[in-house]
Amino acid sequence: MAIITDQPESPDLPDSSGPGIELEVAEPDPHGDGSTRTGVFARPTHATGWREWLFTVDHKKIGIMYGALALFWFLIGGLEIGLVRLQLWAPDGEVISADFYNQLFTMHGVTMVFLVIMPLANAFANYLVPLQIGARDVAFPRMNALGLWVFFFGGLFLNLSWFLGGGADGGWFAYAPNTGMSFSPGHGMDFYALGLQIAGIASLLGAINLLVTIINMRCPGMSLLRMPVFTWMILVVQFLLVFALPVITVALILLTFDRTFDANFFDVAAGADPLLWQHLFWIFGHPEVYILILPAFGVVSETLPVFSRKPLFGYPIVVLSGAAIGFMGWGVWAHHMFTSGMGPVSVAAFSATTMFIAVPTGVKILNWIATMWAGKVRFTVPMMFSVSLVAMFTIGGLSGVMHAIAPADTQQTDTYFIVAHFHYVLVGGALMGMFAGMYYWWPKAFGYHLNDRLGRWHFWLMLLGFNVTFGPMHIVGLQGMARRHSVYGEFDGFEFWNKIATIGYFFMLTAMVILAVNIFRTWGRYRRGLEPGAGADPWDGRTLEWAIPSPTPEHNFDYVPVVSDVDDFWHKKYQPDETGKLRRIAYGNDIAQLGDQHPHLPSPSYWPIVLAAGMPLIGFGLIYNLWIAGIGLLLLVGSMFGWTLEPATDPDAGHGHDGNGDHHDDHGGDPDGHDDHNGVLAASTANGEAAGD
Amino acid sequence: MTDTPTTAGTAAAVEPAEGDDPQIAYPRTEWDDYEIVPPTTSLSNEKLTMWTFLGSDCLLFGALISTYLLLRNRQPLSGEESLRAADLFDIPFTSVSSFVLLMSSLTMVLAVSAIARGEMERCKLWLLTTAAQGAVFIAGQVYEFTSFYREGLGFTVSISSSAFYTLTGFHGVHVSLGIIMLVTLWAMVNRGIIGPERAETVEIIGLYWHFVDIVWIVIFAVVYLIP
Repeated sequence: MAIITDQPESPDLPDSSGPGIELEVAEPDPHGDGSTRTGVFARPTHATGWREWLFTVDHKKIGIMYGALALFWFLIGGLEIGLVRLQLWAPDGEVISADFYNQLFTMHGVTMVFLVIMPLANAFANYLVPLQIGARDVAFPRMNALGLWVFFFGGLFLNLSWFLGGGADGGWFAYAPNTGMSFSPGHGMDFYALGLQIAGIASLLGAINLLVTIINMRCPGMSLLRMPVFTWMILVVQFLLVFALPVITVALILLTFDRTFDANFFDVAAGADPLLWQHLFWIFGHPEVYILILPAFGVVSETLPVFSRKPLFGYPIVVLSGAAIGFMGWGVWAHHMFTSGMGPVSVAAFSATTMFIAVPTGVKILNWIATMWAGKVRFTVPMMFSVSLVAMFTIGGLSGVMHAIAPADTQQTDTYFIVAHFHYVLVGGALMGMFAGMYYWWPKAFGYHLNDRLGRWHFWLMLLGFNVTFGPMHIVGLQGMARRHSVYGEFDGFEFWNKIATIGYFFMLTAMVILAVNIFRTWGRYRRGLEPGAGADPWDGRTLEWAIPSPTPEHNFDYVPVVSDVDDFWHKKYQPDETGKLRRIAYGNDIAQLGDQHPHLPSPSYWPIVLAAGMPLIGFGLIYNLWIAGIGLLLLVGSMFGWTLEPATDPDAGHGHDGNGDHHDDHGGDPDGHDDHNGVLAASTANGEAAGD
Repeated sequence: MTDTPTTAGTAAAVEPAEGDDPQIAYPRTEWDDYEIVPPTTSLSNEKLTMWTFLGSDCLLFGALISTYLLLRNRQPLSGEESLRAADLFDIPFTSVSSFVLLMSSLTMVLAVSAIARGEMERCKLWLLTTAAQGAVFIAGQVYEFTSFYREGLGFTVSISSSAFYTLTGFHGVHVSLGIIMLVTLWAMVNRGIIGPERAETVEIIGLYWHFVDIVWIVIFAVVYLIP
């Protein structure tokens, strides 16, 4: 524990964070009040350039980094499955080996679920939740940064397996004992188990943080039933994450112990029950499905009202059906196991619950349609993606209800019909929703619109390619084409539709290239001053994030908003006149906050990225050599102490910039890890001081 | 603009009445500063975080305990009897170490109450006592594991042994982390980093400690006492 050195009087430099790093270092004792300063390196007050991103604790930068990482992994996961589609172009394909094929579809699934859709949802949640509830940041900004960096290292660790003997090859659900040492002797499954463990820690950190933020940091007047639906869906998702992740944590621990320490959990000869893994995995796995889709539901519940110029139809019903999906999502997991032989009573029970869960989902779809009904619909790019979600998800949802009928499911299990179903739900549902959110909130995050024409190309190619790829899979699936087989026979009759599906893949690939071109081209044009700024409220929005300038100022809100209604910002712009007709009384751009205050914000920190770096070391250690794990553990524990003892303030605090920023030197003597800002104790002392002003 | 009948809250906005002074939608109010906005619930962020984490941890132990219950009496397919953890339990010994752990909850409460009253010396004493009782429990677990191992119950010997060591081992790790946190707390109180104004920090660590104790009650009852 040499790492906790007590240097209250010396301006210790950030010595161990690599060469060439020069950050402004906090004065050891700027207040002259003798406050205790401990820690290895002083907390940076501000950083510029790439360091600004590496050490940031700003929820907006973290959100953007989640999004960028997710898009990068989306490219990787998409290219992986491209090889699979090429292999299936013709019967008896010889493009890749069966073993490599197994690795590709496994890593494709793992990447898309854990490294693309979850972090994309996290990107939106991080960026928008504090804005939508009128908060200055999340509850624990450093923990937020830690979540990002743990996710970063987890994804990296998982994919390094490609260079260290091959990726995981047991399917994304990794059924043990099939993934035990005897059937999967390479290191791929070790990387899978440990990589997901690390990514799970990241998700848990983020989930607890966002949950506390939403429950505890809403602005005055923002009761639960005045919260934007997106924030509501994120709240439901965080509950699902908090309770689902420990279950897969246990499953992965058991698998790791089996593979690394020769435990017997999945050794059938020793008396193991092969259903143990399936139950543990799907108790996590089915809530996970809702973890993937509910954020997209939240996004379209924001966009559809805005672009229909009507409030969301049945707001409380939409919210409650989202919560109901969250609850019922816990009672349907075994529908993934209808053919596992668990007995007719279990099958019947899970069959019934699975049909029931379609009800709240259907309620949402009807509410979205009713929202658009008789509205003044504007078909902007985000609106087109949103409408396509409603349509495509409905198709996927209907084939999902087909699976609830257990005897039919017995025929469909492990065929391409299942593949078609969950791609309609996850690509047609979750991903379309995420794209809608990207185009919708891009101006808020960056200050300019993505190009509309390219956006339309992106949308139509995506919609077309998506249906051309996955539509035919319904057909070959019902014809009996099995999943996860690297070849099919010449006379099986699958060739035609597989060729169509492969063509569809290239449509989608083109759509993604167009998205990339759009992002980089518009960015370049904006930097050269060729793109007009978007203004605070480009879409005539309804929620609080549009009441502040674009791009969002670092401190979010100048003053704490006080709300009195659902869609409070809309009511600031429209009021009924004497005839009851809604009349515009102001434009959003005119009445948005100015973003001209400069309050004191939580300082950046080195610890999140340093602490996170310990985790992949522990992972490598468990696979190769326990000494490496020891080094990782030391780094981890040392960072925790450094984190806890880090001064939680910057020296500018208390200088009272312009009279209404931060008057309070609240954290000066408070080198505590827990309250980065808005800490209650600090706030209460600050209260006393504020009263003295 | 539209023929649909409109009431407040439905569609079809009419263009603005011109000439109004644009005002800021959310100007300064009595809440103008974030530092004075209280948490929406009566719990602080930190305490809510600990509760959420403990809720999550329930599922971790739930899954581990279920796994143990499923596997504890499983025997190899070959028909030969393998050693089960339950064959070796020393109930009186484990009862004593369990008693010590449960008593540590009492001293934890005393520590929390001491710091709430500003009695820092007492708080330090009770924190160390709590940590020491935790250490006694861990020592008992180490002794138990060693004696089981000597009697032939290695981690890989049977499916029941794997499940037993994993479940109780994870609880032991939780207790050990608790001890580290308690000792750190003691050091921070000792150095004056934590004073009476931050009594809640001790209370939050106390929540964790009580949770770990409660989990042990469940494990002791389900694993040791119910055959």
